[in-house]
Amino acid sequence: MIVIGELINGMFKDVARAIDNREVDVIQHLAEDQVKAGAQVLDVNTGPYSKNPVDDMKWLVEAIQKTVSVPLALDSTKPEVIEEGLKLVSKRAIINSTSADEEKMSRIFGLAKEYNAQVIGLAMDRSGVPNSKDKRLELAAAIVAKAMEYGINTEDLFLDPIVLPVNVAQTQGHEVIESLREFRMLCDPAPNTTIGLSNVSQGTKYRSLVNRTFLTMAIANGLTSAILDPLDKELMDAMITAELILNKNIYCDSFLDAYRKK
Amino acid sequence: MSIELIKEKCSAPINMVEIGGGGVGAAVRIGGQSCLPLLFEEGDCPNPPVVALEIADYQPDDWAESVRQAYGEAIKDPVAWAKACVGRFGAKILCVRLQGMHPDYGGRPADEAAEIVKAILAVTKVPLIVLGCGDDEIDNDSMPKVSQALKGHNCLLGTATQSNYKTLTATALADGHSLIAESPIDINIAKQVNILISDMGFDPKRIIMHPTTTSLGYGMEYVYSIMERGRLAAFIGDRMLAMPFVLFVGQEVWKTKEAKESVKTQGINWEIATAVSLVQAGADLLVMRHPDAAKAVERYIGIIMKGAKT
Repeated sequence: MIVIGELINGMFKDVARAIDNREVDVIQHLAEDQVKAGAQVLDVNTGPYSKNPVDDMKWLVEAIQKTVSVPLALDSTKPEVIEEGLKLVSKRAIINSTSADEEKMSRIFGLAKEYNAQVIGLAMDRSGVPNSKDKRLELAAAIVAKAMEYGINTEDLFLDPIVLPVNVAQTQGHEVIESLREFRMLCDPAPNTTIGLSNVSQGTKYRSLVNRTFLTMAIANGLTSAILDPLDKELMDAMITAELILNKNIYCDSFLDAYRKK
Repeated sequence: MSIELIKEKCSAPINMVEIGGGGVGAAVRIGGQSCLPLLFEEGDCPNPPVVALEIADYQPDDWAESVRQAYGEAIKDPVAWAKACVGRFGAKILCVRLQGMHPDYGGRPADEAAEIVKAILAVTKVPLIVLGCGDDEIDNDSMPKVSQALKGHNCLLGTATQSNYKTLTATALADGHSLIAESPIDINIAKQVNILISDMGFDPKRIIMHPTTTSLGYGMEYVYSIMERGRLAAFIGDRMLAMPFVLFVGQEVWKTKEAKESVKTQGINWEIATAVSLVQAGADLLVMRHPDAAKAVERYIGIIMKGAKT
């Protein structure tokens, strides 16, 4: 499992404030804490309130790279914001994200090719998030086909079936789980899969429990990466245990400790 | 049309461990490979497996006659025995089993055992593997003294087990030695012992795994599969299984009836066959007893490792 840390996101008030006031240490602490807790990639999102997302993205990338050396997932709906980030990254980046819309895909895969980046592809289009696994699969297939057209390796794709909150779209959990399994069979080598995990528990009372239960189910069904809160230790423990049960690592009594020593 | 073989690429090699070289003689280096045993097309194999000769600190009347005969009179005195191993039989590394510290074998005090090991080091100038007598209580009491006497000589001390590792680990850490981590043919426990030891601040790159050996004819295929499983995990990045393997071949072979009660050469051949099979399983360090068997295995290693990329 590739763990993508979600905490550097202007959607969180303290991060938005840190971006506004250019508080480098706040961002760097968040980066360090997430990497220490097991994040292999850090998501970077300037947030919805950013007045100048291009400058904010540049500032974030530079601040983060001064303190940690993991790859970054440049998270923006605006390709020009992503491109500024791509110009600055020192490790191979992940573009977060493209939808299955023709125009968007052309722009994003063009960038991915130019900057040798990986891409998260959302199984949604202009008409919104599909409510069946079949429609999700159709959109994912369109993303795979487009990526191939641009000469992008399929294992550099992260297909996201779009997780919805369990309290508003309860029928979708099962559809998402099924989609993950089918996405993996779309091509060979199989594409990676990812989810924005915390979305599943949005607005619920027991967020951490909902998150980790969903994560283990998703892992068992073909999830290969997730954007999540790596500082939730119980969540990380559940992930490590799920991978252990799937025989990804050799058991020993201190298997949690062993995973973290890797 | 030619058939193209599928080659596996490993993402992390086995640790390289150096034994000896602490101011006296040359060090021996083992491990460092990035491919399964003998699959030279798939990776590097910088250090061929090494054969150590095993000696004891007492006159081993309980050892097989064939082995005792090979050393003749020298076997009566551990220092003379060690000298014969290196001088007459060309051993590049020795394993000294301090069995004499056990009450059933004379109950030699630790200070005396330490003196013997020091004398062996002074005379032979080869790297040493030093084992306790196998009784946890006595070893925990004695091995720190032996270890201290060898401080700075970068020996390999054994053996740390899941139920008894703290004293030996602390001792090896203090005196700059490497450590043998033992498990009972169990990959889960092998990993666990490595974690327990490294949790004490001991560098995992100075651990050598002893997965426990059996002799040819006594379930060796099980040892093989455990070693293979460990290696495959190490190559995809499990750092808690990326240690070289040491196998005590002589100890196992020479207690079998096939080796002990045999006509002239059967025991030697038994030891050779066991060792050679374990080289193919991924052994990095083989501890053997009969000098003729050791020589034959070294010859085999020399021939078979010719294709290795170093």
